[in-house]
Amino acid sequence: MTTVAPLVEVDGLVKHFPGDRGPWPLARRRRPVRAVDGVSLRIAAGRTLGLVGESGCGKSTVGRSILRLIEPDAGRVVLDGVDVLACRPRELRALRRRMQIVFQDPYGSLNPRMTVRQALREPLVIHHLARGPEIDRRIAGLLEEVGLDAAFADSYPHELSGGQRQRVGIARALSVEPSFLVLDEPVSALDVSVQAQVLNLLNELQQRRKLTYLFIAHDLAVVRHSADEVAVMYLGKIVEQGPAETLYRAPRHPYTASLLSAVPVPDPRVSRQRIVLQGDVPSPANPPPGCPFHPRCPHPSKNDRCRTEPPALRVVGPDQLAACHFAEEPM
Amino acid sequence: MTEPLLRVRDLKTYFVTERGGGTARAVDGVSFDVHPGETLGIVGESGCGKTVTSLSILRLIPEPPGHILSGSLIEFEGRNLLTLRPPELRAIRGNEVAMIFQEPMTSLNPVFTVGDQIAEAAIVHQRLPRKRARARAIEMLRLVGIPDPEERVDHYPHQLSGGMSQRVMIAMALVCHPKLLIADEPTTALDVTIQAQILELLDRLQAELGMAVLLITHDLGIVAGTSDRVVVMYAGQVVETAATPELFAHPLHPYTEGLMAAVPRIDTRVSQVRGRLHTIPGQVPAASAWPAGCRFHPRCPYAWDRCTVEEPPLLDAGRGEPGSHAVRCWLLTEPRRRTRQA
Ligand SMILES: Nc1ncnc2c1ncn2[C@@H]1O[C@H](COP(=O)(O)OP(=O)(O)O)[C@@H](O)[C@H]1O
Ligand SMILES: Nc1ncnc2c1ncn2[C@@H]1O[C@H](COP(=O)(O)OP(=O)(O)O)[C@@H](O)[C@H]1O
Ligand code: SF4
Ligand SMILES: [Mg+2]
Ligand SMILES: [Mg+2]
Repeated sequence: MTTVAPLVEVDGLVKHFPGDRGPWPLARRRRPVRAVDGVSLRIAAGRTLGLVGESGCGKSTVGRSILRLIEPDAGRVVLDGVDVLACRPRELRALRRRMQIVFQDPYGSLNPRMTVRQALREPLVIHHLARGPEIDRRIAGLLEEVGLDAAFADSYPHELSGGQRQRVGIARALSVEPSFLVLDEPVSALDVSVQAQVLNLLNELQQRRKLTYLFIAHDLAVVRHSADEVAVMYLGKIVEQGPAETLYRAPRHPYTASLLSAVPVPDPRVSRQRIVLQGDVPSPANPPPGCPFHPRCPHPSKNDRCRTEPPALRVVGPDQLAACHFAEEPM
Repeated sequence: MTEPLLRVRDLKTYFVTERGGGTARAVDGVSFDVHPGETLGIVGESGCGKTVTSLSILRLIPEPPGHILSGSLIEFEGRNLLTLRPPELRAIRGNEVAMIFQEPMTSLNPVFTVGDQIAEAAIVHQRLPRKRARARAIEMLRLVGIPDPEERVDHYPHQLSGGMSQRVMIAMALVCHPKLLIADEPTTALDVTIQAQILELLDRLQAELGMAVLLITHDLGIVAGTSDRVVVMYAGQVVETAATPELFAHPLHPYTEGLMAAVPRIDTRVSQVRGRLHTIPGQVPAASAWPAGCRFHPRCPYAWDRCTVEEPPLLDAGRGEPGSHAVRCWLLTEPRRRTRQA
């Protein structure tokens, strides 16, 4: 796995949002929201990295920072040798052809007043990828590739189902022939049967177009069928990362183990040892000292060190990283 | 067998939509029983009629555009809820039968404290004096696992996280010790670890209070872990029903079978699952345009001529007690057809 050169490299990514002031004009500013707090990732060309964690842990902020849809405060992002954060606007526009994003909400990400054809034509024209009758041929080809009948070209988003809209979102991302896609919870809003269709489509497209994916999801089951590697986030930090096979079979961080055990299994014969985490995820404006997971952590060895000393994300097995003081011990 | 607590028979709830959409037959002849103390799961994808079924039970369907057709029966402890007068209905609703919804935030009133909202039900139904009702609200908050209940009782809904709001909703629903709790996708809006907390809480409360639960969800995993029996809905109808272990061991309706195979699973080896998931082609049609014949036939891998014209009734699968496993599919009469077209 390490033999393939990474297409995407992220080092020490940080993004803090200013805390809002609250409703009272004289109130002091709240503390900043530490949405992403030092995230490093590598994704090999043609591979999928699954980025998983509960809502608010910073997954979308990582994805958007990589594409520079928001400006990170610190860190380095390299796409195929190009330093993304150092790019000037002109270079960035050229780079945008190579990296695209598919959002969770197919309703919110398409302009309601544009037909599918107009939505797909726009990027082709902006990036001078086609002109004249070639445009319509390209649009028909894209629709076919995402499994939509060409007749949908003249539909408006509200006339499409959730799954069809998500296919349009994928077609729009593909129209500029990118090599890297951030998939930000692309199937979270879809029903099971349609979710499976879209997951299969994404896998097929990856094979055919040799795409590299950052696949963001809030539960570990969804990325199970796509990810080669998985990174688990909690409160702006990666707490565990490794090859999918190892991470699902032998998680080293108690948060990963809890997330795995929280996924309901559709088999009544499977009686699993359930780890039910207590409490809510703390606010990223006010993360706990020491290990950020310590207030909810069910690890039997948890002690005072967890409350004071932040555990380092370190190698704990072949290609596996974890940030728990006891990651080397059996759980 | 005990007398059912709730009997639903041939429930039909239609919506007359403007702009020529025609009549939406959202729930179209649904029957099931809920027995005292049991959990019945209703599962199906969105648009199958799960929410309309649960709202119909409490007569919360907006009329117009909706109406429950005559001939439908909803019987709670022998009383037909569809013919009860409003005051009698109010005495049952929120008292003997309570309901929680998917979006706790939108069901809580933002301008009242959570304590006042929980106490309200105790005052209305149990005629508790205000002070006792407040004590009861605190007791309920403690029961549903909210830390510092004496303090939280004076909080407003916006001060609570999603998981805490759902706990408050459960406290409100259970304040009168209902015999039946209807829970419509109670964890769909929550993160997985919070979902696990709420499911554990419901499980504990059900055991402590001995109530029956009608659990509505799109998640087969939740059904497998919580329900005694399952009703699978598709296109406004029950397409399969069985005890939970039986349903998962022997799914007979092609829709049930397809759904089970389409769920991404966490409990199999990665190398076995990388790649293609099983899918059901197409999508749930609109309620104003259910297909003729078997409503699943356009998506069914086994469909033959008969399926396109003749609507199958719920047929006894002939497994276990008569009627315990029923399936709405012609394959039950022609089992040799269960071979996929390539
Ligand atoms: N534009 C923004 N302004 C202020 N806070 C934000 C903004 N975007 C995200 N956040 C906050 O940053 C944190 C991480 O958000 P996000 O990256 O969207 O998480 P996820 O995608 O994992 O749900 C959350 O606490 C969120 O409220
Ligand atoms: N107020 C309404 N007016 C018109 N149609 C409705 C109304 N409520 C529900 N429906 C229709 O009834 C069908 C079933 O809806 P619902 O019971 O909410 O499905 P589920 O809960 O299984 O997702 C849907 O096709 C929906 O469009
Ligand atoms: S009746 Fe026919 S179309 Fe319907 S589910 Fe059975 S085999 Fe499929
Ligand atoms: Mg997000
Ligand atoms: Mg519903």
